[in-house]
Amino acid sequence: MIKYLIPIIALFQKDFKSEIRTRYALNALVMFVITTISIILFAIAYETPPYEILAGILWIIIFFSAMSGMARTFISEEEKNTVMTLHIITTPITVYFGKLLFNLVLLVVINCFSTVLYILLMPNFSIKSPDIFIITLILGTIGLASTSTIIAAIIAKSNTKGTLYPVLSFPILLPLLLEVIKTTKLALEGEYFQKAIPDFQVMIAYFIVITTSSYLLFDYIWKD
Amino acid sequence: MLKIEAINIKKSFGSRKIFSNINFSLNSKNILGITGKNGSGKSTLVKIIAGIITASSGELRYILSDKVLDYSEINKYYGFVSPYLQLYDEFSAFENIALISKIRNIYVDEKKIQQLLERVGLIDRKDDYVREFSSGMKQRLKYVAALYHNPSLLILDEPRSNLDSEGISIIYEIINEHKLNGSVIIATNDLEDIQICDSIIDLDKISNSK
Amino acid sequence: MIYKIMLGIGLTIIIIAGLSLPMVEIPKFWYEMPIVPGLGDKARIIFFHVPTAWVSVIAFISSLYFGIKYLRTKEFVNDIKSSTAASLGFLFCILATLTGAIWAKFSWGTYWNWDPRQTSIFILLLIYGAYFTLRSSIENEEKKATLSAVYSIIAGLTVPFFIFIMPRIVSSLHPDPIVNPQAKIHMNPTMLTIFLISLLAFTGVYLWIFILKIRVLNLILHHKMKEHE
Ligand SMILES: Nc1ncnc2c1ncn2[C@@H]1O[C@H](COP(=O)(O)OP(=O)(O)OP(=O)(O)O)[C@@H](O)[C@H]1O
Ligand SMILES: [Mg+2]
Repeated sequence: MIKYLIPIIALFQKDFKSEIRTRYALNALVMFVITTISIILFAIAYETPPYEILAGILWIIIFFSAMSGMARTFISEEEKNTVMTLHIITTPITVYFGKLLFNLVLLVVINCFSTVLYILLMPNFSIKSPDIFIITLILGTIGLASTSTIIAAIIAKSNTKGTLYPVLSFPILLPLLLEVIKTTKLALEGEYFQKAIPDFQVMIAYFIVITTSSYLLFDYIWKD
Repeated sequence: MLKIEAINIKKSFGSRKIFSNINFSLNSKNILGITGKNGSGKSTLVKIIAGIITASSGELRYILSDKVLDYSEINKYYGFVSPYLQLYDEFSAFENIALISKIRNIYVDEKKIQQLLERVGLIDRKDDYVREFSSGMKQRLKYVAALYHNPSLLILDEPRSNLDSEGISIIYEIINEHKLNGSVIIATNDLEDIQICDSIIDLDKISNSK
Repeated sequence: MIYKIMLGIGLTIIIIAGLSLPMVEIPKFWYEMPIVPGLGDKARIIFFHVPTAWVSVIAFISSLYFGIKYLRTKEFVNDIKSSTAASLGFLFCILATLTGAIWAKFSWGTYWNWDPRQTSIFILLLIYGAYFTLRSSIENEEKKATLSAVYSIIAGLTVPFFIFIMPRIVSSLHPDPIVNPQAKIHMNPTMLTIFLISLLAFTGVYLWIFILKIRVLNLILHHKMKEHE
């Protein structure tokens, strides 16, 4: 186990250090979230939107910030021509899980930031069932990280990288998005935890299915 | 002792055939040369040997004391140098080597890295970012990256590209030293390089006799 | 040849029978069909709309099948089959969406109302659209084949989630008397026969175009190979 973990963490550290030095993703993402939330605030102009809309908007922000940040991990290797270097020094599995870990951490940071900002600024967005909301955020984040990592690996090999990313991700992410929007609404309505359990089960199953299939298919994407 | 065997290797990209019928066997203490004109497939063959791309058909085996190695772990046994291999620009020379060994899951020995950097004449620049390196300096650093994990096989595609005469004599030293215990594969068109090889694969001849 | 004649006959039967056989309250004769409450003559679309949706699903599954086969064998033929199935599936998917929307306009008053089946076909459209966008943005033939196969597998794996999630999120407007959750079909033998012939004939049309396209593409591939030799 340790034998597999060390290279994965080493690869993660490499990306992490590189991100700290260049701040390619993080700065842009923070600005993206701030701009999006201000546009929404201008648009609703102190009205109080219903719960469905509030839940939907939060996840739209999270979806698009993921779409503008998660692709970098693979695209940057492709642009710097270091894909072959990784081929030579490590296995595809290490690359996949290293990148997944990096995307997950990046997404956790950016989702915490957007959620806090959203709760502070959005009128009427008060969480009445924090337990449902926290589990929703956790499961939504890991599911989103898992899907966006494998799609990022695919689009890194194409010509139209950036534009293609949301196009390919959306149909795959739709079941997850429908579920998280639904449970966020439950959290706003103050429902009992039991009511959200079936949805959480679907989200866990989603994460397992996507991660396992990515693990099995990554070899094909990675090998030229 | 590592032995490399290739049996009937063929490669085509889509419908374009690059080469077929490649057969060789390479024992340690030997140097194999691969030559052929531009576009004949030298780099392609070398990449297949390194497991970076897969052959269309045929078989490639790494045999370590009579056991065929699993394809996923052959990269522990070779060091690779080529002009199209890139190191990480946003890290220093030293960091690059340390980072690569960590990802390879081997112990980062600062002394050893410094020795190798010393050997290729980069020790004064070890803390500079690779993006500030000249192309010849980058080429020298690639030798450090290729040698750090003590591989049995050295795969060199255009070993002397971008190097000055001092650099070339350093790599000749490295090759000769490596030959004492391991094996070397050189893809080149340089006559001097070809002379030190024990056997040669000429891709032009192979593709002409298809 | 026989195949084409059979197809012709099959399609003629469903067009004539599907459009002209009378619909009555209580069918007495073999040629009469039961009235579907609330739908009237509009129910006749079942003979044309359902088969297109059916074919688009079949095409998706066969595209997936050939995609997996390509990844295993790396034989180019399988990629050609996979992408051809997908392109036909896309065409039938558009047809199903259009016929469905037209019908929805006359029955429910709007072209689109996010009922589970409409949503499902919409998602299938999105997946097909993404699949072809991906294909068009990769030049290297091998990479194109591999990546699109991988993508369609991942997309295929998310489909079961929709089947589970959809009914719990939106309620259905689809005509229950004909197509209902218990998969009971309220049709008399005449209607059922025409319906089944229709499914068969549409699948036949799909297979026919599929085989033709494969033959053409194979010829092109061989021609290219010869040029390079
Ligand atoms: N990814 C690829 N897709 C399609 N064709 C390729 C690809 N890589 C290489 N080729 C083709 O394969 C042939 C051999 O290329 P390769 O780079 O191996 O040549 P080489 O012998 O190393 O040439 P040079 O002496 O210039 O380094 C060339 O015709 C090239 O166009
Ligand atoms: Mg070359």
